[in-house]
Amino acid sequence: MATPVDVLLETPLAGLHRRLGGRLVPFAGYAMPVHYPAGILAEHLACRAGAALFDVSHMGQAELRGEGAAAALEALTPADVRGLKPGRQRYALLTTITGGIFDDFMVANLGDRLFVVVNAARKEEDFALIEAALPAGVTMRRLPDRALLAFQGPRATEAIAPLAPDLAALPFMGIAETRIAGVPAIASRSGYTGEDGFEISAPAAEAERLAEALLALPGASPAGLGARDSLRLEAGLCLYGSDIDETTSPVEAGLTWTVGKRRRTEWNFPGAERVRGELSNGPSRLRVGLKPEGRQPARAHTPVHAPDGGPALGEVTSGGFGPSLGGPMAMGYVARSHAADGTSLELMVRGRALPARVVPLPFTPHRYAR
Amino acid sequence: MPDTKYTTSHEWVRMDGGDVVTIGITDHAQTALGDVVFVDLPEVGREVGGNEACAVVESVKAASDVYAPLPGKVVEANARLSEDPSLVNRDPTGEGWFYKLEIADAAALDELMDEAGYQRFVESQA
Repeated sequence: MATPVDVLLETPLAGLHRRLGGRLVPFAGYAMPVHYPAGILAEHLACRAGAALFDVSHMGQAELRGEGAAAALEALTPADVRGLKPGRQRYALLTTITGGIFDDFMVANLGDRLFVVVNAARKEEDFALIEAALPAGVTMRRLPDRALLAFQGPRATEAIAPLAPDLAALPFMGIAETRIAGVPAIASRSGYTGEDGFEISAPAAEAERLAEALLALPGASPAGLGARDSLRLEAGLCLYGSDIDETTSPVEAGLTWTVGKRRRTEWNFPGAERVRGELSNGPSRLRVGLKPEGRQPARAHTPVHAPDGGPALGEVTSGGFGPSLGGPMAMGYVARSHAADGTSLELMVRGRALPARVVPLPFTPHRYAR
Repeated sequence: MPDTKYTTSHEWVRMDGGDVVTIGITDHAQTALGDVVFVDLPEVGREVGGNEACAVVESVKAASDVYAPLPGKVVEANARLSEDPSLVNRDPTGEGWFYKLEIADAAALDELMDEAGYQRFVESQA
């Protein structure tokens, strides 16, 4: 975090962020807007009401070509990649040999190639891992010359229609190569906010023109990483490095649904032994939603206890204030014995016990396209 | 504000007369924090040391400590902030005050910055 701003990388939209008055902060080696003049609260609410544009160009993009690309990826992930149909995208995990999570990522079938998007902070490690797993005849190409924009919110689809009429027909987690305002793009109906919307990969050289065209649409406004974080937490979505990492398993994290059905008969992915054992016997801990009473937020690393005292049963991994929820919210890991919805717990915030309850996720209902 | 002093941790300290001072965070501080969603105030009667963290201001993004500028005893906390923490954003040097402190040594206030000094300090940090 102490990285001087002048050695940070910039995204193709850095100039636009500055013109919009964005407050740039270091994030994963990039200077990224944490918010614009409207502020996190207003940007969050604008996304839930209209359509917000996020720059997520710091994330890693790559494509895989060649016979056996899907099978090669399956050596690194429990997801069903071979069964992914053309025009479809899937959320997946890279797992470690001990059953931890190396990263979470998106993989899409574009017909003639696979398209992957990985976390900014993990892209070097992920791409090295993938490259090392490729057989002869399969190649990976990184796409550092592409920007990635997220256009999210209940009005995103109707707003973008005049610029790209075919996008409204995309189903949730569908993906297509198209043109948006004349810019060639790869657009998927997905996101990280719990809202309907699109993630759009476009050539870096045309990213600013595309972003300006999207911001000119009715109901559209820019939003920074601060709102992106509060939106994803309300939506119950994991942040790599906080809620999931190499110590947490897919079962503990409640991400068992990312393990393909066929993969549960083959058990040939990294960490399969741990995942199989936890599915049979139950994991020792689980990721849960936590709703603190009152207004006080409990942040990451807050210890979680049973109301009768005793040692910590776990800790908060993400916590803050939900602008749409109108109150504090958190998620974290607790012992399975205390993970049932409605369980009363205490969060130790600055030496005081803050009462909280285990609640189902998400905090705010998903409104994905159906 | 001639009767107001400032700290390098962005608190303002207003002399109310006698040995009681009112403490809050500066407009610069609230702008940097963004939307305030919770304020954790010290209990009345608490004895605090100089530069002791005794309140916490939480924005959507993060929690930040608020420090006692001088040693003293907390004599009042702004209960309105519990109901409406956004007062800190709307009126940081007025209705958004945090707490009142009875100080032992009013002369120590002279060690703090005046308004012009604080403005120069903020500019030097930019």
